[in-house]
Amino acid sequence: MVKKFMNKQKFERIKKTLKNSSVGIAGVGGLGSNAAVALARAGIGRLVLVDFDRVEESNLDRQYYFLDQVGTTKVEAIRNNIKRVNPEIKITVHNNKLKKGSMEKPFIDVDVVIEALDKAEMKAEFIEEILLKLPDTPIVAASGVAGYGHCDRINTQRIGKLYICYDEHAPSSDDDILLAPRIALMANWEANLAVEIILGEDSND
Amino acid sequence: MIEVNGKKVDWVENETVSQLLKRVRYIFPLVVVKINDKVILKKDFSTYSIPDNSKIAVIHMISGG
Repeated sequence: MVKKFMNKQKFERIKKTLKNSSVGIAGVGGLGSNAAVALARAGIGRLVLVDFDRVEESNLDRQYYFLDQVGTTKVEAIRNNIKRVNPEIKITVHNNKLKKGSMEKPFIDVDVVIEALDKAEMKAEFIEEILLKLPDTPIVAASGVAGYGHCDRINTQRIGKLYICYDEHAPSSDDDILLAPRIALMANWEANLAVEIILGEDSND
Repeated sequence: MIEVNGKKVDWVENETVSQLLKRVRYIFPLVVVKINDKVILKKDFSTYSIPDNSKIAVIHMISGG
């Protein structure tokens, strides 16, 4: 009976727009793996995923991988996991480290870029390179993911085409733990912002 | 007078972004700076002079991801 009340036109329009859209994700660790799966479930048509790392057992407390994937490259593992959700989604993977000076290269043709790196230095460098080299591409970043609790401190800072999922009082991951609930919250916050950028603000019509 | 993350701060003529960050003791090395809704790139921190009445947001990048 729920269907009866759902705006079918809105539903069809959203599904179609998402299917025709693409999102690039820099890093598929705690933020990137969770954001990628959320976007795949939402029905984004194409994902571009970049990471040089392999799955380790210590990643499983927060990243979207499974015990039997330990040792495989993260980009291959996440591709397989996404395919199990949605085999139709187009996935381009780059199994390498983003190089300073050419960080924008994998993302030149995506609609939205998500920063999902771990080190603060890399985050800052990546954001600046994307802003400088792809000035028309919206970029979604996250800062302050470590620890647990404090949902209400998280907010979105918008500066032109840059959107930062932000908790200015959060500790650095160098000093504190990273755990699934909070990092998945921030990852889904990033994915939700990407969806909102693609679709425009939800107006309930 | 300028505003830095919501706090009123005296305006100093010809002050650059680098000098302001030092003055207000933003010691975090990794920041994104917005002046009147425009992102100032790090390479311009030492040359960009802050206009009077600016609204400035300093967002720092914290490790974790």
